[in-house]
Amino acid sequence: MNVRAVLFILLVFAVPAFAQGFAGLGTDAEGYSTVEPGRTFSFPVDHGPHEGFRIEWWYVTANLEDTDGNDYGLQWTLFRQALAPGEEGEGWESSALWMGHAGLTTGERHFSAEKFARGGIGQADVTAAPFEAFIDDWALTGDIAAEQAPDGDTMAEVAVNATGADFSYAMTLTTERAPVLQGEAGYSVKSDAGQASYYYSQPFYRAEGTITVDGEAIPVTGTAWLDREWSSQPLADDQEGWDWFSLHLPGDDKLMLFQVRSEDGSSYYSGTWFTPDGVATPLANDAITMTPLGTTDIDGRLVPTQWRLEIPSRDFEITTEALNPQSWMATTFAYWEGPIRFSGTHEGKGYLEMTGYDSD
Amino acid sequence: MLTLRNVSKTYPSAQGPVHVLRGIDLDLPAGQTLALTGESGSGKSTLLHLAAALDAADGGEIVVAGQSLVGMGDSARAQLRRERIGLVFQQFNLVPSLKVRENLAFQARIAGRHDPAWVESLTQKLGLSKLVDRYPEQLSGGQQQRVAIGRTLACRPNLILADEPTGNLDEETSDAVLKLCLDLVEQTGSAFLMVTHSPRLAGLLGRRIHLSAGRLA
Amino acid sequence: MKRHLWTLAVLLSHWRRRPFQLMTLVIGLAVATALWSGVQALNVQARQSYDQAARLIGGDAFASLRPTNGTNFEQALYVTLRRAGWDVSPVIEGDVRIADRSIRIVGIDPVTLPQGAGPITRDALDDGPETADGSGESRAVRLLTAPSLALGDAETVAALGGVDTRPTLGNGGQLPPLVVATSLPPETLVTDVGVAQALLDQPGRLSRLILTAAPETRSQSLADLTGGALERVEPDDQGDLERLTDSFHLNLTAFGFLSFLVGLFIVHGAIGLAFEQRRPMLRTMRACGVSARALTAVMLLELTTISALAGIIGTVAGYVIASALLPDVAASLRGLYGARVAGELSLQPSWWLAGVAISVIGALVAAGSSLYRAWRLPLFATAQPEAWAGAEARARRWQLAAAVFLAAIAIGVLLQASGLVAGFVLMGSVLLAAALLLPSALVGLLAIAQRLVRGPVAQWFFADARQQSGGLSLALMALLLALAVNIGVGTMVDSFRQTFTGWLDQRLAAELYVGARDPARAADIADWLETRNDVDAVLPVWDAETRYRGFPVEVFGFSNHPTYSDHWPLLASLPDAWSEAEAGRAVLISEQLARRFALAPGDPIDIAAPGGDWDGTVAAIYSDYGNPRGQVMIAVDELVARFPHAERGNFAVRVAPEAVDTVMDDLTAAFGAGTVEVVDQRTIKDISQRIFDRTFAVTLALNTLTLIVAGIALLASLLTLADARLPQLAPLWALGLTRRRLAAMELIKAATLALLTALLAIPLGLAVAWILTNVINVEAFGWQLPVYAFPEQWLRLIVLALITAIAAAAWPALSLRRMPPTKLLKVFADER
Repeated sequence: MNVRAVLFILLVFAVPAFAQGFAGLGTDAEGYSTVEPGRTFSFPVDHGPHEGFRIEWWYVTANLEDTDGNDYGLQWTLFRQALAPGEEGEGWESSALWMGHAGLTTGERHFSAEKFARGGIGQADVTAAPFEAFIDDWALTGDIAAEQAPDGDTMAEVAVNATGADFSYAMTLTTERAPVLQGEAGYSVKSDAGQASYYYSQPFYRAEGTITVDGEAIPVTGTAWLDREWSSQPLADDQEGWDWFSLHLPGDDKLMLFQVRSEDGSSYYSGTWFTPDGVATPLANDAITMTPLGTTDIDGRLVPTQWRLEIPSRDFEITTEALNPQSWMATTFAYWEGPIRFSGTHEGKGYLEMTGYDSD
Repeated sequence: MLTLRNVSKTYPSAQGPVHVLRGIDLDLPAGQTLALTGESGSGKSTLLHLAAALDAADGGEIVVAGQSLVGMGDSARAQLRRERIGLVFQQFNLVPSLKVRENLAFQARIAGRHDPAWVESLTQKLGLSKLVDRYPEQLSGGQQQRVAIGRTLACRPNLILADEPTGNLDEETSDAVLKLCLDLVEQTGSAFLMVTHSPRLAGLLGRRIHLSAGRLA
Repeated sequence: MKRHLWTLAVLLSHWRRRPFQLMTLVIGLAVATALWSGVQALNVQARQSYDQAARLIGGDAFASLRPTNGTNFEQALYVTLRRAGWDVSPVIEGDVRIADRSIRIVGIDPVTLPQGAGPITRDALDDGPETADGSGESRAVRLLTAPSLALGDAETVAALGGVDTRPTLGNGGQLPPLVVATSLPPETLVTDVGVAQALLDQPGRLSRLILTAAPETRSQSLADLTGGALERVEPDDQGDLERLTDSFHLNLTAFGFLSFLVGLFIVHGAIGLAFEQRRPMLRTMRACGVSARALTAVMLLELTTISALAGIIGTVAGYVIASALLPDVAASLRGLYGARVAGELSLQPSWWLAGVAISVIGALVAAGSSLYRAWRLPLFATAQPEAWAGAEARARRWQLAAAVFLAAIAIGVLLQASGLVAGFVLMGSVLLAAALLLPSALVGLLAIAQRLVRGPVAQWFFADARQQSGGLSLALMALLLALAVNIGVGTMVDSFRQTFTGWLDQRLAAELYVGARDPARAADIADWLETRNDVDAVLPVWDAETRYRGFPVEVFGFSNHPTYSDHWPLLASLPDAWSEAEAGRAVLISEQLARRFALAPGDPIDIAAPGGDWDGTVAAIYSDYGNPRGQVMIAVDELVARFPHAERGNFAVRVAPEAVDTVMDDLTAAFGAGTVEVVDQRTIKDISQRIFDRTFAVTLALNTLTLIVAGIALLASLLTLADARLPQLAPLWALGLTRRRLAAMELIKAATLALLTALLAIPLGLAVAWILTNVINVEAFGWQLPVYAFPEQWLRLIVLALITAIAAAAWPALSLRRMPPTKLLKVFADER
């Protein structure tokens, strides 16, 4: 366990076992800005960082296909973490910490890489307009000035790149549609106790670019999904992980589903259904059923890589299958994240993220 | 107990080889005492050293307590000396840093056959009871030789070899010491071979042979 | 087994009767071990500190990027490299003064610091939650959040005020709360890079970058990205400190080894004597049935046991010696090299084992010949003592042959070889050759004396002294070596002191030395001084750092003033050296730099500088004692032009001598003690002298200990010989000499032998001094010294040797005087 793991596990993911020793920073959000319902979102400002909140992320996943019809998936994430409430400050005194994750999945292989940086000195940062999120040489960059952006959306067209050992990618993501708000108008509840985050997405990206695996450049196209989320107190004390799905449904409907698992075996479910024109329908805790169907042994961890997802009110019942069940992000804080295919009442592709399956 | 068959010994010297012993045959059964006399340089001491397994013969065979010394290594010879042979020297050769008591016992201890009762009785018989806590340098010559004899007998050796044991003692003392020694030898049943100049002392022993120019006369 | 134990018991009984001999053996071994392991402890402790310093922040495992010129660079370069995909982590290092201590501040970024980058991640930060303040927050989090933390080793933290205190710096800054972390080098505090920048007053600047990985596909080179400002330096598990201090430790080791050898002389003597005395006993045991192998094995066991015991005593004593000397060693290392060495010993078990092992090995070496003789002991040789005279004459012939051989080696080394090791080989062969020649020399001198004197007693006196010199020869050799080394080292140190003092007087010509604690105020201070009537001149003492062919070099700017041209001592120079240098055409270089790179006046020299590399001519060479780095003096204008980041806070001020106190007081009053530091010439000289004295404190202490060892050797030899002397003395007593007179003659004889040895030690000592100053110093430190003679030092040592000899002989003489006649009579009774 190293320093950074301690920092990010406790602060970003709030794993309870470690949180005990860190009561001052665990899930107690005293002094930080709080997440309240009824917030008005505004772009491009909300594309940028929200100082005062403890954690925040810019999270891109993409389902890709090459000219031969092979499937791929990629992930690009930048996490911001504040070590202290209030203004983050300048230079080395900045209380911001940054962590980047990149993943690339093929049918046979999975690559992952990570980056860490202090805020305040220019090694990692996010600006809203023109949009730029970067850590070291990884970047998610828009080229649109605020005044030219449709409805202020400086992220309507972005380039994303990352490089890790034996892999890299450089993609362009474009959309004509506006970002959509998750949960109740962007207020996404995570537990019965009221833990919540501000959460919006851009699920309508078209993706085009090149991935490089072991030095071989492969042109790919597909769909991408951006998640933006910030909070100061994302999980309750007894919550130990989550299973999160983003699904590209036929007819360009989009569906986000997650459960946050508690130590006692119960789960808190949530989701939002978007129509192609961006109309969002939140799904309540009791509207969703998620059932693991099969597990994969990944270095001693049993990870459920096959699921049945049901939303009876919407005549929705699918089973999901991982493109590569070994899509393990072998980063300092490790988790499962990879592309999936699904079939049943609906068919298509999507992404699955599962945390809290550490063997120890 | 001691048998020599055609034993010879030669030393190199500046004037060519010196034949110290030439074809010696000798038998000394258990319980018998034998005096070996001869001129200086007649080979007496050499014969004794060979019998004591301190040196090896050039030819012939020496058998001590049934064991042939021919081809015997240093460790085996040391064992033989330890277990079968007792040596008494003219210079007593006591260990100066050991008390009388320890000098009496040390050879038996090294041989692994220390018998406190036997040593005690030897001490009494040798008249050393009052001297046991002294160091050799605090004893007279006769007393020292009695300690040396006691040390030898303490091991109950099968063969006792004595080289001029009383050469450093006055006549009166030497007679007394030798008589005491012979009494004890008789009690233990050991074979006893003594090298001496003195015909008088040689007369005290059961048998007497004379060595001259490397041959038995 | 039991048999062997009884054999051992018989062997050991010898010591019961001769406790002095046993004591000699044990003391000899213990002292030898103590000096050796004490010196090793000092070396180990120092190296441990260097290692910690080298390992700190990954210096041993990771390559780093360092400024091509100067000592620091813009932080923006770090960000540029990170953004180009370079996996680098920033480090800033520098010294601050806290309560009159110089403390190294190391700033790190725990977020990018690679795993395994020294003790920081491994031990200090991963120690788990730091609970000292009860908050339960991890050190990593505390380090990153105000007011951050300062991690130091227990000794440093305690010295600065203890855990959670926040000491104030000399420049007014305040440290973060202190916490203890293991495995950190001494006098070093590790904190967050941002905090360190503030403490060191270097905002936005870094000292180096730890390089974990360069990007696989490099579109831009390091030079392109940084404009040539940074260069890659490969990981180095040794570090500059270890290299710079190598000579110092080699010197210590050589001294330790010499002392060990002197100790082994004693041991060899004691074991040899014990063997001779036990020869009849060994023969008796063989006759009684102990085999040669068993006997040798048991003797080996006996020796191993005794030497292990002595080794333990010696190692404990070594620990005590090392503890006593460590503060001086640490002070020397700091004074000479700026190295930080912990003031407390913390030694590994291996050190203790090594101490015992060296004792056992030393004893085995010293006993080798005795053991061999026991193994080959003829069984029935007449139990007469060896013909001493013949054996000794034979031994002397061998010694002579060995001495000639060693002398040949010495001459060969002197003519052909170079380097520090060769210097020590030269020293070792000269000393050993001289020691081996000693018995022959003594016998020769005594034989001459015998021929010159008249009267039977006087003749007997010298004849007997000659005979006795054989038994004492080892002890006398030890005495000779100890005296010669004493004279040699004493001469070297005193010559150095004389040279150094003269050099300081010339070099520290200015009356006042002023330093601005706040560099921004330096110019104000200089202006303020310039305007005063009682100030003659304000001379900048500005400097920068660079490297000349990899060797660290200080560049020092001087201004045109007679203070330099009239006073600065030059070893060699071109005509007009100062004016050439002032004109910016030439430089002056230190002796160390000149020797290291064989530079002479007139040679070209190129100096790397951020403001443009510079080719100049060497105009002169000057002494720069005590500086492990090279130094170059250039005109101050050149310095400013070529080294924009040069340190510009210090000035030498020429003041009328009577105005010194006034100027000091006024200066402090005008700017405040927190801003300006002012020291007068006297104080600086005192400090320099103190550093000098501490530097040689260890050398002198080891020297004295060696002399004590030799004294013990002499004492022990005389004591063990006392018994053997009786047969020689008894006839004289019988001839009518009183015991009193005999005792007096014994004393005079011991004194005569010691005196002769001491007289012979003087030329040898001067040879040692010459080797030290003209060979070893030059190789080890880069400077040469004139050798001066100090006859009063010799006289002191002669008297000391005489006192030692007389003290050593007193007890045997006294017991002879008191010996009852019966014991002397007994000698005759025992003789056949």
